[in-house]
Amino acid sequence: MSMMKITRREVLLAGGLAAVGATISGSAEAVTGQMETAIRNAIGTPTIRKGRVMLDLPPLVENGNTVPMTVSVDSPMTKDNYVKAIHVFNEKNPQPNVISVRLGARSGRATIATRVRLADTQKITAIAEMSDGTFWSDTQEVIVTLAACLEDLQP
Amino acid sequence: MTVRALINVPKKAKRGDVIEIKTLISHVMETGFRHSTNGQMIPRDLITSFACTYDGETIFETQFFPAIAANPFVTFYTVATASGTLTFRWIGDNGFEVTQEAKIAVE
Repeated sequence: MSMMKITRREVLLAGGLAAVGATISGSAEAVTGQMETAIRNAIGTPTIRKGRVMLDLPPLVENGNTVPMTVSVDSPMTKDNYVKAIHVFNEKNPQPNVISVRLGARSGRATIATRVRLADTQKITAIAEMSDGTFWSDTQEVIVTLAACLEDLQP
Repeated sequence: MTVRALINVPKKAKRGDVIEIKTLISHVMETGFRHSTNGQMIPRDLITSFACTYDGETIFETQFFPAIAANPFVTFYTVATASGTLTFRWIGDNGFEVTQEAKIAVE
Protein backbone atom coordinates (compact mmCIF):
# COMPACT_ATOMS: atom_id res chain seq x y z
CA MET A 1 0.00 0.00 0.00
CA SER A 2 2.75 2.41 0.99
CA MET A 3 4.64 1.48 -2.15
CA MET A 4 1.60 2.43 -4.14
CA LYS A 5 1.45 5.86 -2.47
CA ILE A 6 5.08 6.67 -3.21
CA THR A 7 4.68 5.69 -6.80
CA ARG A 8 1.63 7.86 -7.07
CA ARG A 9 3.47 10.84 -5.60
CA GLU A 10 6.40 10.33 -7.90
CA VAL A 11 4.12 10.21 -10.88
CA LEU A 12 2.38 13.43 -9.80
CA LEU A 13 5.71 15.17 -9.13
CA ALA A 14 7.03 14.17 -12.54
CA GLY A 15 3.83 15.42 -14.10
CA GLY A 16 4.10 18.72 -12.23
CA LEU A 17 7.66 19.30 -13.38
CA ALA A 18 6.71 18.55 -16.95
CA ALA A 19 3.91 21.11 -16.71
CA VAL A 20 6.32 23.76 -15.38
CA GLY A 21 8.72 23.01 -18.21
CA ALA A 22 5.94 23.43 -20.73
CA THR A 23 4.90 26.82 -19.29
CA ILE A 24 8.44 28.18 -19.39
CA SER A 25 9.11 27.15 -22.98
CA GLY A 26 5.67 28.44 -23.94
CA SER A 27 6.29 31.93 -22.53
CA ALA A 28 9.72 32.12 -24.16
CA GLU A 29 8.08 31.56 -27.51
CA ALA A 30 5.33 34.07 -26.82
CA VAL A 31 7.80 36.92 -26.29
CA THR A 32 8.54 37.30 -30.00
CA GLY A 33 4.92 38.00 -30.73
CA GLN A 34 4.00 39.58 -27.39
CA MET A 35 2.33 42.56 -29.03
CA GLU A 36 0.16 40.26 -31.17
CA THR A 37 -0.80 38.21 -28.12
CA ALA A 38 -1.70 41.35 -26.16
CA ILE A 39 -3.82 42.63 -29.04
CA ARG A 40 -5.61 39.27 -29.27
CA ASN A 41 -6.25 39.28 -25.51
CA ALA A 42 -7.64 42.80 -25.58
CA ILE A 43 -9.86 42.78 -28.67
CA GLY A 44 -9.89 39.26 -30.12
CA THR A 45 -9.10 38.72 -33.78
CA PRO A 46 -11.13 41.22 -35.80
CA THR A 47 -9.99 42.74 -39.09
CA ILE A 48 -7.96 45.82 -38.22
CA ARG A 49 -7.71 48.43 -40.95
CA LYS A 50 -5.15 51.22 -41.27
CA GLY A 51 -6.38 54.78 -40.99
CA ARG A 52 -8.74 57.07 -39.05
CA VAL A 53 -6.37 56.84 -36.06
CA MET A 54 -3.62 59.42 -35.57
CA LEU A 55 -0.88 58.31 -33.20
CA ASP A 56 1.32 61.25 -32.35
CA LEU A 57 4.72 60.50 -30.82
CA PRO A 58 8.06 62.24 -31.22
CA PRO A 59 10.11 60.31 -33.84
CA LEU A 60 13.30 60.68 -31.79
CA VAL A 61 13.23 60.47 -28.00
CA GLU A 62 16.17 61.30 -25.75
CA ASN A 63 14.69 59.93 -22.55
CA GLY A 64 12.36 56.95 -22.68
CA ASN A 65 11.04 57.60 -19.18
CA THR A 66 8.51 60.22 -20.22
CA VAL A 67 7.41 60.33 -23.81
CA PRO A 68 4.39 62.49 -24.64
CA MET A 69 1.82 60.57 -26.66
CA THR A 70 -1.45 61.70 -28.24
CA VAL A 71 -3.99 59.44 -29.90
CA SER A 72 -6.85 60.98 -31.83
CA VAL A 73 -9.48 59.18 -33.85
CA ASP A 74 -11.42 60.64 -36.74
CA SER A 75 -15.04 60.19 -35.65
CA PRO A 76 -18.10 62.47 -35.46
CA MET A 77 -18.75 61.20 -31.89
CA THR A 78 -22.54 61.20 -32.30
CA LYS A 79 -24.99 58.88 -30.54
CA ASP A 80 -24.79 56.22 -33.24
CA ASN A 81 -21.27 56.74 -34.52
CA TYR A 82 -18.59 57.02 -31.89
CA VAL A 83 -15.34 55.50 -30.65
CA LYS A 84 -15.88 52.86 -27.99
CA ALA A 85 -12.30 52.20 -26.99
CA ILE A 86 -8.68 53.03 -27.74
CA HIS A 87 -5.90 50.54 -26.98
CA VAL A 88 -2.18 51.25 -27.29
CA PHE A 89 0.45 48.51 -27.50
CA ASN A 90 4.24 48.43 -27.62
CA GLU A 91 6.67 46.00 -29.17
CA LYS A 92 9.67 45.80 -26.83
CA ASN A 93 8.79 46.92 -23.29
CA PRO A 94 8.77 44.11 -20.69
CA GLN A 95 4.96 44.22 -20.90
CA PRO A 96 3.14 44.79 -24.22
CA ASN A 97 0.22 46.97 -23.08
CA VAL A 98 0.50 50.73 -22.76
CA ILE A 99 -3.00 52.00 -22.05
CA SER A 100 -6.63 50.99 -22.63
CA VAL A 101 -9.31 53.67 -22.67
CA ARG A 102 -13.12 53.43 -22.82
CA LEU A 103 -14.89 56.33 -24.43
CA GLY A 104 -18.49 57.02 -25.33
CA ALA A 105 -20.69 59.33 -27.38
CA ARG A 106 -20.43 61.81 -24.50
CA SER A 107 -16.70 62.22 -24.99
CA GLY A 108 -17.33 64.73 -27.78
CA ARG A 109 -13.84 64.34 -29.18
CA ALA A 110 -11.97 61.05 -29.46
CA THR A 111 -8.60 62.35 -28.35
CA ILE A 112 -6.45 61.33 -25.40
CA ALA A 113 -3.00 62.42 -24.33
CA THR A 114 -0.66 60.93 -21.75
CA ARG A 115 3.03 60.24 -21.11
CA VAL A 116 4.52 56.80 -21.65
CA ARG A 117 7.70 54.84 -20.97
CA LEU A 118 9.67 53.23 -23.78
CA ALA A 119 12.34 50.65 -22.99
CA ASP A 120 13.86 50.60 -26.48
CA THR A 121 13.62 51.85 -30.05
CA GLN A 122 10.40 50.24 -31.16
CA LYS A 123 7.03 50.38 -32.87
CA ILE A 124 3.93 51.60 -31.06
CA THR A 125 0.46 50.67 -32.29
CA ALA A 126 -2.82 52.35 -31.42
CA ILE A 127 -6.10 50.58 -32.19
CA ALA A 128 -9.54 52.19 -32.04
CA GLU A 129 -12.77 50.25 -31.65
CA MET A 130 -15.76 51.97 -33.26
CA SER A 131 -19.40 51.71 -32.24
CA ASP A 132 -20.17 49.97 -35.56
CA GLY A 133 -17.75 47.17 -34.65
CA THR A 134 -14.89 48.12 -36.98
CA PHE A 135 -11.29 48.46 -35.85
CA TRP A 136 -8.76 51.00 -37.12
CA SER A 137 -5.11 51.42 -36.30
CA ASP A 138 -1.97 53.50 -36.65
CA THR A 139 1.65 52.53 -36.00
CA GLN A 140 4.62 54.78 -35.31
CA GLU A 141 8.28 53.94 -34.96
CA VAL A 142 10.10 55.74 -32.16
CA ILE A 143 13.89 55.90 -31.77
CA VAL A 144 14.89 55.98 -28.11
CA THR A 145 18.45 57.03 -27.19
CA LEU A 146 18.16 56.61 -23.40
CA ALA A 147 15.81 53.79 -22.51
CA ALA A 148 13.45 53.73 -19.57
CA CYS A 149 14.02 51.15 -16.82
CA LEU A 150 17.80 51.13 -17.26
CA GLU A 151 18.80 54.23 -15.32
CA ASP A 152 20.96 53.83 -12.21
CA LEU A 153 19.01 53.79 -9.00
CA GLN A 154 20.10 55.76 -5.98
CA PRO A 155 21.36 53.42 -3.24
CA MET B 1 2.63 59.86 1.97
CA THR B 2 0.67 62.79 0.67
CA VAL B 3 -0.73 62.37 -2.80
CA ARG B 4 -1.08 65.41 -4.97
CA ALA B 5 -3.68 65.30 -7.68
CA LEU B 6 -4.10 68.22 -10.05
CA ILE B 7 -7.25 68.56 -12.09
CA ASN B 8 -7.93 71.15 -14.71
CA VAL B 9 -11.61 71.52 -15.64
CA PRO B 10 -13.05 74.79 -17.02
CA LYS B 11 -15.20 76.51 -14.37
CA LYS B 12 -17.81 77.57 -16.89
CA ALA B 13 -18.92 76.20 -20.24
CA LYS B 14 -21.75 76.60 -22.73
CA ARG B 15 -24.18 73.70 -23.02
CA GLY B 16 -22.99 71.29 -25.69
CA ASP B 17 -19.40 72.54 -25.72
CA VAL B 18 -16.62 69.98 -25.86
CA ILE B 19 -14.41 70.67 -22.85
CA GLU B 20 -10.85 69.56 -22.23
CA ILE B 21 -10.00 67.92 -18.90
CA LYS B 22 -6.42 67.50 -17.72
CA THR B 23 -5.43 65.36 -14.76
CA LEU B 24 -2.10 64.75 -13.08
CA ILE B 25 -1.41 62.69 -9.98
CA SER B 26 1.84 62.16 -8.09
CA HIS B 27 2.77 58.48 -8.08
CA VAL B 28 6.01 56.52 -8.65
CA MET B 29 4.39 53.97 -11.03
CA GLU B 30 7.02 51.38 -10.07
CA THR B 31 6.93 48.74 -12.80
CA GLY B 32 8.12 45.72 -10.82
CA PHE B 33 10.71 45.04 -13.53
CA ARG B 34 13.55 47.06 -11.99
CA HIS B 35 16.29 45.99 -9.60
CA SER B 36 17.74 48.16 -6.85
CA THR B 37 21.51 48.62 -6.51
CA ASN B 38 21.78 45.61 -4.20
CA GLY B 39 20.23 43.44 -6.90
CA GLN B 40 16.83 43.04 -5.31
CA MET B 41 13.67 43.35 -7.35
CA ILE B 42 11.71 46.49 -6.52
CA PRO B 43 8.10 45.41 -5.95
CA ARG B 44 5.41 46.62 -8.31
CA ASP B 45 3.49 49.70 -7.22
CA LEU B 46 1.20 51.03 -9.93
CA ILE B 47 -1.99 52.95 -10.42
CA THR B 48 -4.03 50.42 -12.37
CA SER B 49 -7.16 52.32 -13.26
CA PHE B 50 -8.59 55.80 -13.51
CA ALA B 51 -12.17 56.83 -14.13
CA CYS B 52 -14.13 60.05 -14.40
CA THR B 53 -17.86 60.34 -13.71
CA TYR B 54 -20.03 63.32 -14.60
CA ASP B 55 -23.01 63.53 -12.24
CA GLY B 56 -22.71 59.81 -11.56
CA GLU B 57 -22.40 58.72 -15.20
CA THR B 58 -19.03 57.30 -16.24
CA ILE B 59 -17.68 59.38 -19.13
CA PHE B 60 -14.08 58.18 -19.22
CA GLU B 61 -12.39 55.02 -18.03
CA THR B 62 -8.83 53.90 -18.46
CA GLN B 63 -6.57 51.05 -17.49
CA PHE B 64 -2.93 51.92 -16.79
CA PHE B 65 -0.03 49.54 -17.45
CA PRO B 66 3.66 49.72 -16.42
CA ALA B 67 4.33 51.61 -19.66
CA ILE B 68 2.65 54.72 -18.25
CA ALA B 69 5.25 57.21 -17.01
CA ALA B 70 5.57 58.20 -13.35
CA ASN B 71 3.06 60.84 -12.19
CA PRO B 72 0.38 59.77 -14.67
CA PHE B 73 -0.93 62.62 -16.77
CA VAL B 74 -4.08 62.19 -18.84
CA THR B 75 -5.92 64.63 -21.08
CA PHE B 76 -9.37 63.80 -22.38
CA TYR B 77 -12.57 65.47 -23.56
CA THR B 78 -16.25 65.47 -22.73
CA VAL B 79 -19.40 67.32 -23.67
CA ALA B 80 -20.62 69.84 -21.09
CA THR B 81 -24.23 68.73 -20.62
CA ALA B 82 -25.35 70.28 -17.34
CA SER B 83 -23.99 72.04 -14.26
CA GLY B 84 -22.71 69.45 -11.88
CA THR B 85 -19.84 67.59 -10.34
CA LEU B 86 -17.08 65.63 -12.00
CA THR B 87 -15.58 62.91 -9.83
CA PHE B 88 -12.11 61.56 -10.54
CA ARG B 89 -10.97 58.28 -9.06
CA TRP B 90 -7.58 56.59 -9.21
CA ILE B 91 -7.15 53.02 -7.97
CA GLY B 92 -3.86 51.17 -7.64
CA ASP B 93 -1.69 48.57 -5.93
CA ASN B 94 -1.29 48.39 -2.15
CA GLY B 95 -4.74 49.80 -1.53
CA PHE B 96 -4.06 53.06 -3.34
CA GLU B 97 -7.24 55.03 -3.84
CA VAL B 98 -7.72 58.74 -4.43
CA THR B 99 -10.96 60.53 -5.21
CA GLN B 100 -11.23 64.18 -6.19
CA GLU B 101 -14.09 66.35 -7.36
CA ALA B 102 -14.45 69.37 -9.57
CA LYS B 103 -17.52 71.50 -10.23
CA ILE B 104 -18.60 72.91 -13.54
CA ALA B 105 -21.24 75.55 -14.28
CA VAL B 106 -23.00 75.09 -17.62
CA GLU B 107 -25.08 77.89 -19.13
